[in-house]
Amino acid sequence: MNGPGGDLRPAYRELSRWLKETPPDALEYRRQEAELLFRRIGITFAVYGDAEAQERLIPFDVIPRIMSAKEWTTLEKGLKQRVRALNMFLRDIYHGRDILRANLIPDDLIFQNPVFRPEMNGQSVPHDVYVHIAGIDIVRVDADNFIVLEDNARTPSGVSYMLENREIMMRLFPDLFARHRVAPVERYPDELLSALRSVAPLSASAEPTVALMTPGVYNSAYYEHSFLADKLGIELVEGRDLIVKNDEVFMRTTEGLKRVDVIYRRVDDDFLDPLTFRPDSALGVPGLMSAYAAGNVTLANAVGTGIADDKAIYSYMPEIVKFYLGEEPILKNVPTWRCREPKDLAYVLDNLGDLVVKEVHGSGGYGMLIGPAATKATIEAFRDKLKREPEGFIAQPTLALSTCPTCTASGLAPRHVDLRPFVLTGSKHVTIVPGGLTRVALKEGSLVVNSSQGGGTKDTWILDE
Amino acid sequence: MLSRTAENLYWLARYVERAEYIARTIDATLRVTALPAAYIGKTNEWESALLTAGVSTSFYETYQEATEQNVVEYLAFSPANPSSIKNCIEAARLNSRSVRTALTSEMWDTINSAWIELQEVWGKGTSSREELARFLRFVQETSLRFDGSAYRTMLRNDAYWFSRLGLHLERADNTARILDVKYHVLLPEEEHVGGPLDYYQWTSILRSVSALTAYHWVYRETLKPWLIADLLILNDTLPRSLASCYSNLVRNLDQIGVAYGRQGASQRHARGVRNRLEHSHMDDIFQHGVHEFIQEFIADNSRLGEIITRQYLI
Repeated sequence: MNGPGGDLRPAYRELSRWLKETPPDALEYRRQEAELLFRRIGITFAVYGDAEAQERLIPFDVIPRIMSAKEWTTLEKGLKQRVRALNMFLRDIYHGRDILRANLIPDDLIFQNPVFRPEMNGQSVPHDVYVHIAGIDIVRVDADNFIVLEDNARTPSGVSYMLENREIMMRLFPDLFARHRVAPVERYPDELLSALRSVAPLSASAEPTVALMTPGVYNSAYYEHSFLADKLGIELVEGRDLIVKNDEVFMRTTEGLKRVDVIYRRVDDDFLDPLTFRPDSALGVPGLMSAYAAGNVTLANAVGTGIADDKAIYSYMPEIVKFYLGEEPILKNVPTWRCREPKDLAYVLDNLGDLVVKEVHGSGGYGMLIGPAATKATIEAFRDKLKREPEGFIAQPTLALSTCPTCTASGLAPRHVDLRPFVLTGSKHVTIVPGGLTRVALKEGSLVVNSSQGGGTKDTWILDE
Repeated sequence: MLSRTAENLYWLARYVERAEYIARTIDATLRVTALPAAYIGKTNEWESALLTAGVSTSFYETYQEATEQNVVEYLAFSPANPSSIKNCIEAARLNSRSVRTALTSEMWDTINSAWIELQEVWGKGTSSREELARFLRFVQETSLRFDGSAYRTMLRNDAYWFSRLGLHLERADNTARILDVKYHVLLPEEEHVGGPLDYYQWTSILRSVSALTAYHWVYRETLKPWLIADLLILNDTLPRSLASCYSNLVRNLDQIGVAYGRQGASQRHARGVRNRLEHSHMDDIFQHGVHEFIQEFIADNSRLGEIITRQYLI
């Protein structure tokens, strides 16, 4: 909330005044009301391996995170640039591979990578869009700099929280809204639908049929899948609802089979088609990949996009942006040591106590070492792991993340936040609704914002000046 | 719509209806067993509650004796009984979650709130008759709220019609099962050899289909067993009668047929059953044998369920 030197950021001026006027118990009352609403609506997520908490609420913090229009404009430009580059990179990797010939990225980082999909070699996708929906994790480190923590180019989740958090804030704090001009996020479903329709295959009818594919009710993000299908007005399908005939995909309906043209799939590559990928997948559709290869169905995101959000590739993003767009990257990367490179590994091993070490293919904040917060024993255990398989890890310095006032047991206190805006790419445009999902580390001093590990969420306000 | 969605809606409605029916059965049984033994004779009413719920065989796999405590526990809370109220509400919630996009927020809210209350308030069952009565009221109110919100908020399209099919099919089955268990107290006058205990049996039957007041409005007579049978089987104005269930089934199936531009086996079968009910008289049914008639109806009704499944749901 405060800028360098402790001054209040202008965007927070009204909020700060409002907080002073509002008695703490009124805030607490509305916080409880918000929790009740979330539970009644059934906005839950599942934590794998925790039978007690099969359906848990993500803690919601009622204090919004606020950004000025000016800050957002820069961020938006940077996000669009980055996602354009990601799409061009993917197109290149699965076709000409100019970037490898230019020796900017080592070959084995692509070809030895389990998320590289040889099935996609030479496969064209409509309008060359691979990443239709991207979730880019951003942190702010000082007044002028936003840094990308992670690109999520597979099946990024969290957008339902962006929409529901806003809905609940508007219900509970109409007075606070009246004092701000907050840019709306409600058009996200419309923009998503039009982006999805714009990439329908050529063989689709003028009114392409879009469906959202979910692994099912037991998936941790199932609520979001059903929420989005509902908002988009499209069918929420599971693998067993789909069938492939003559390289076309159909869904089983009460009126017989109906062709599906675009699948917004929230199922990982590995589980899409048991004939191509994991044969034990019960979530997938046999033959889906051959319909995809025949160009009769569009998958969003495309198969094989994992190669673009791999943490090892991440460190090359500045070069990737420059290579394809000839521009300087607007959004910076966190300085990253690639443990696969001996020089970097040596540095990382010497400085484990000060670094954050992440698994290249990990997600959800699991399997990482936060040096400054770890015990000696943990660090030593990690050192062995790192030596055994250095190519599986990258390391980054711990960042001075920005904080935002947050309700805690002992009143309002600063907590670290990050931001995941959602970037949509259709046949013609790249669009971003102003805002995103703000995640907050609820434990004092903690930098881990993942919902599976005690993180919460906040509404994100972009002020429209 | 997706076949799976239709299937979920259909079963969701069935589970909610079944939960209410089981609650009514327990409620009616409680009333009869509260009477002095002289009135109810030696029959074990809890035994007969198990029969009307259709779970008598499975009950004895777990329990020795059909006492009030055992039967209430089995019918209301047992995880081992697939038709226990608890399991019905849980299955209804799971189905709701799978078809959230096809439910209105009011319907979802009803099921989700009931599911939350089931865990938070009724997680340990009930420990007194008073608590049990409150629990049964909660179940009946849930069903009424669900039914009402479906009626008031759903678009009148296939989603609504499939949900109604589930409701009426289940309801027909439930009413038929009561008749099947209690038919012996509903025989016509000349064969009737009853004492005061039958009077309470009749009231109990009517209560379990919430038709006690309706009976008096329709017949303006004291309770006569053959009139009770007439009401429950042939009277189209009573929502839980077999005739009314089939009018509704035929209507909803026709609407699906019109919307899809195609009729099929389920429309034909439902119409056949309805016509038989329409053209029957109680005298003929008694002559033919009430028991046989009901048995045949139950078989026909479950056949309709199979045909609907084959035609639309898979």
